[in-house]
Amino acid sequence: MAATRDGYGQALLDLAVNEKVVVLEADLGKSTKSLHFRKQFPERTISCGIGEQNMLLTAAGLASSGFIPFASTFAIFTERAFEQMRNGVARPNLAVHLCGSHGGTHTGTDGSSAQSIEDLAIFRTLPNVVVLHPCDDVSTRLLTIQLADLSQPSYTRTARNKTPVMYDGRESEIEIGKGVVLQEGTDVAIIACGVMVSESMKAAEQLTSQGISATVIDMHTIKPLDEELITKVAKSCGTIVTAEDHNIIGGLGGAVAEFLSSNIPTPLERVGVKDRFGESGQADEMLELMEISSPHIVSAAIRAINRKK
Amino acid sequence: MSMSSTELQELARKCRVEIVKMVYRAQAGHPGGSLSEIDLIAALYANYLRVKPGSPDWEDRDRFILSKGHASPGMYAILAEMGFISKQDLESYRVLGGVCQGHVDMKWCPGVDFSAGSLGMGLSFGMGCAISGRLKGSERQIFVMLGDGEIQEGSVWEAAMAAKHHELGNLKVILDRNRIQNDDFCETQMRMFDIPAKWKAFGWSVKEINGHDMDEIVEGLDFLKNTNDNPAILIAHTVKGKGVSYMEDNPSFHGAAPNDEQFAVAMAELGEVVN
Repeated sequence: MAATRDGYGQALLDLAVNEKVVVLEADLGKSTKSLHFRKQFPERTISCGIGEQNMLLTAAGLASSGFIPFASTFAIFTERAFEQMRNGVARPNLAVHLCGSHGGTHTGTDGSSAQSIEDLAIFRTLPNVVVLHPCDDVSTRLLTIQLADLSQPSYTRTARNKTPVMYDGRESEIEIGKGVVLQEGTDVAIIACGVMVSESMKAAEQLTSQGISATVIDMHTIKPLDEELITKVAKSCGTIVTAEDHNIIGGLGGAVAEFLSSNIPTPLERVGVKDRFGESGQADEMLELMEISSPHIVSAAIRAINRKK
Repeated sequence: MSMSSTELQELARKCRVEIVKMVYRAQAGHPGGSLSEIDLIAALYANYLRVKPGSPDWEDRDRFILSKGHASPGMYAILAEMGFISKQDLESYRVLGGVCQGHVDMKWCPGVDFSAGSLGMGLSFGMGCAISGRLKGSERQIFVMLGDGEIQEGSVWEAAMAAKHHELGNLKVILDRNRIQNDDFCETQMRMFDIPAKWKAFGWSVKEINGHDMDEIVEGLDFLKNTNDNPAILIAHTVKGKGVSYMEDNPSFHGAAPNDEQFAVAMAELGEVVN
């Protein structure tokens, strides 16, 4: 078990050999895990105080001068700087890498004010912006390292709480823009991101015991969406379930629905937060309350299969 | 070679003519804030900024960030005078595909260092440029022009606080204190009380000048250029619409174009012969 935010912190240390890499914080470096970088490279770490708007544009100014800025805060507070991200970063296509930690209801007891359930949706609407939501610390670390080579900005959501490590020996398959098939099946394809990937694997196991064979995909990149892979599993499985700790509006489920309806109409069940706010509770209690834990993925898979012609 | 006050005044006059022409041709745009800022910008470009019109992306250049990006005609006029863009390019203001976008845009126009259009963003961006200069050991200086209405945006004060925290002595602000914003006089929209005291309280070095008196402008820009141990702000008291009688101190010309008759009056007042 490990938290994706630890993968982010580790990646910043890995990237530090590149002197162009700079780190920006808005008083949450201890939480987002940029603190490890700060401790070792204080001269390349910029404290912006509790000021997210200023942080985003300071990062933009650094990017315009040839640096590779990694800025982080809680996912929910990145939203305060949405217009800065839109007008100051995405529009001039400056390669600023924004990380929102503590995303989703899984963040837990801090309650609904801290549980961003719309970040993936809003950043996905911005041209030029790559949107990531990795499922474990291993993939977060590798994807974050890859970001440094991008010539466009990005938003990455990480999670506060620990989740199972999904990648052990398959690291070479992790690449921005490419979903990873964690398990191959024939009856239904479950496309998940973030903390819901391990829930989906649990669901697949439960489905197996019912004689149902499921494909499970870690769709760590929400944008650009791996359309080739979605097309492939839409054909091979004939029905799809998406799973995310995010509003069912506009996130991974929304992106997959948009693609399927325009290109390869396929029955789709979306597991996600049903357009409501959360409350204080433990991470596992939240997944239960939001009806997105593995039993709910199982039910959605059965509904999806029943919708096949 | 440094221009004299008289030469700077003539440079600014030529820019004023182009500003009014741009807005007149487009029948849209922001003449008021362009005319209030132009004496300052003209002097800055002519005598202070270390830039190379032939290589606008020269890494070690000084940066000029027009945060009040709607006052783009003023910036385009001086960029054309300096040779970053052609006089012909000025005709593309607000025209589809034109280098002179409605608000200054670094993706479209050579010599523009910041894509503006949303107020309260330029100082933060300038901070990033200033930190970059420091990290690279560069002598470059960063000049940010803010509008007075613009400093009602809270994020300006995030940046003001952060710039002092980081002791960015290479970051300089010129505040175009023209006392008018979109809807009305600033005093009506949001009273700002003692603006110099606010910046001083944030730890900045502050100087006030008459933003249309070239001798004072030179003195003020000298102050900015030579204050390198602290972030510095030059508060320039200006007149919105300066140089065109009916636009002066008139909130209606924050964002409106002159009609044919008004255009003729403006050209006459600015000493421009129009066929």
